[in-house]
Amino acid sequence: MKDLLEFIAKSLVENPDEVFVRQTEDDSSIKLTLSVAESDMGKVIGKQGKIAKAIRTVVRGAAGKDKRKVIVDIVDIA
Amino acid sequence: MNKIEVSAKTVDEAIKSALLKLGIEKDDAIIEVLDEGSRGFLGLGGKDAIVRVTAKENPVETAKEFLSQLIEKMSLDCDVASTQEDDTIKLIISGDGVGGVIGRRGETLDAVQYLVNLYVNKGKRGDDYRRIIVDTENYRARREETLIRLANSMASKAVKYRRDMTLEPMSPYERRIIHTALQDHKQVTTKSVGVDPHRRIVVSPKKG
Repeated sequence: MKDLLEFIAKSLVENPDEVFVRQTEDDSSIKLTLSVAESDMGKVIGKQGKIAKAIRTVVRGAAGKDKRKVIVDIVDIA
Repeated sequence: MNKIEVSAKTVDEAIKSALLKLGIEKDDAIIEVLDEGSRGFLGLGGKDAIVRVTAKENPVETAKEFLSQLIEKMSLDCDVASTQEDDTIKLIISGDGVGGVIGRRGETLDAVQYLVNLYVNKGKRGDDYRRIIVDTENYRARREETLIRLANSMASKAVKYRRDMTLEPMSPYERRIIHTALQDHKQVTTKSVGVDPHRRIVVSPKKG
């Protein structure tokens, strides 16, 4: 899961070295926190969140049989 | 991008050896002659020719490679084949993992297609832009047939009951299939209402 998100993010941004993903999970959910360089935020969010939505859909699709909720958060490094 | 500089006795030889090293054909390379070299005199003072050869990025390979890796990282097992028509690249997925790539009503498939397009067209504009379609063993063709059947049955109902038939929310691509299927229908009209992602088609009987 983490690998997948990292792969997608790195292939979309200009600064792949600044892509970081943290994964935390419990019984009911898997949470992925993605951070990218500030100048790359647009590259992973897109107009009206279109890219972010596609990323979430693909990551959720990968969860497959795992019925837990998958949350993808995109955060500022700051 | 793959780029090398090679020197050899003649320009031709240098190009040949550069192409060999990159493992590409001449058509897939950008060749710059940096120095034509010179023969010198009686084998003295000769200078080697230097060329710079750059491998052109092949969008089909780029797209295919990206999609294969993406599917692998989704822990699904699929093969990817590609075809190209004009500016449109078509990637066909097959194998056990196909269901996972399609997702509910093709939702995941659309998202994957969108990401592949973003990746391949990153930093490109205008003429260089390639449209990429990601499909799985004709999922899209079958879905189109289903939508056309649905469109016709909704049109019949609208006429029969003299009232508007509202369809489920659909993507712009799917709505277009329905609109197109019914645009020449003599007894109904179609329109879309609402805002994405809840935008849906209403099929109405024509007045009179």
